[in-house]
Amino acid sequence: MQLGPFDYALWFVGFLVEIGVVVCILYKRDVLRYLSLTIYMLCAAFVTCGQYFYVSRFGFNSSQYFYYYYYTESLLTILLFWTVIQFYQQTFREMKVSGYIRGAAVLLLLATALFSYAVVHENRSHLTTKFVVELGQNLYFVGVVLTYLLWGAILKLRETRTRLIQLVLALGVYFSATACTYALRNLFPSLQPYVLRWVPPLVGLWLPVAWAYTFAEVSEDARLATARLVARAR
Amino acid sequence: MAAALICVISVVVFLQFFVSYCRSVLTVSRKVELSDRVREVSGIANRNIGADDFARLVQLVRLCPQQGDDATEIRAVGTYYGLLRMVKYLSAFLIPALGPWTERECESCSHFAAVALDRRISYSRDLFTQQVADRT
Repeated sequence: MQLGPFDYALWFVGFLVEIGVVVCILYKRDVLRYLSLTIYMLCAAFVTCGQYFYVSRFGFNSSQYFYYYYYTESLLTILLFWTVIQFYQQTFREMKVSGYIRGAAVLLLLATALFSYAVVHENRSHLTTKFVVELGQNLYFVGVVLTYLLWGAILKLRETRTRLIQLVLALGVYFSATACTYALRNLFPSLQPYVLRWVPPLVGLWLPVAWAYTFAEVSEDARLATARLVARAR
Repeated sequence: MAAALICVISVVVFLQFFVSYCRSVLTVSRKVELSDRVREVSGIANRNIGADDFARLVQLVRLCPQQGDDATEIRAVGTYYGLLRMVKYLSAFLIPALGPWTERECESCSHFAAVALDRRISYSRDLFTQQVADRT
């Protein structure tokens, strides 16, 4: 399987938008407020450069690129958890529970590391495609659960900051779509070369584009009532 | 078994997040007042925006030069609009009470497209003014 112009275009646009989000945050002087998000986007841009390097040096079908892709993906997901934790801190800011959130975050990271170690230990004799796909699927699913709980807290606390709401919702779309893609890959590996191959790059593009839109179009002071967002026929 | 469960849960959660995201984008755009210019261009000068205006407005949006940061949102809202039309069609037979709600949501989608059009027209005008200024 070789990469076509569309793959390279997606790659390039993805890199540009990731850098665009960082520039947007710097321009709005929101680095400290969204520190983890900025670091995540910078790392994602570096990883994209690394992917290009691996493809040009070893080829798209090489095992070097394969393991680089999946393991950096897992590391980026863990980095994204940090962003989720920062969103939790912003949501619960007035309740002064930062200490508890940090404690829970450390526990969660330890639990994820332990779980991943257990999976690695179990599969140490055959660290194959199935293992990396399964690890990715589990990590993204933890992300889905974390974001869903955060969304529940936002609704319960009647959070009104539009920017925070849109950032969290975009993250939820990203995590759930990616977890679903990984699960489908696990269930139907034969779909990978035809259909599922296109989904991760497109979903990967969604997150920086949606975040760039939010930072560019929604000011920090914008407010909206979360009750309006829950789809319900009145 | 675990993969199937994760797949089902993810699809359900994805739909929830996607719908809420689109509604948040629509709520933000709902607060924006449309200019007379865009009302005139899109032929809605003397009436309110209707649910069926969406496709026409999006076509007009596509005719304008892209500003760069709203294409994904237009596509996302377009998908949401498609979902709403499907729900409207199905609810006509199954749950007629959903009809007015889907109609309101579709109107919000049309309003969003009109706001995007307004923004792009302003952008085009700025570009044109800049070009004229550069020439003189």
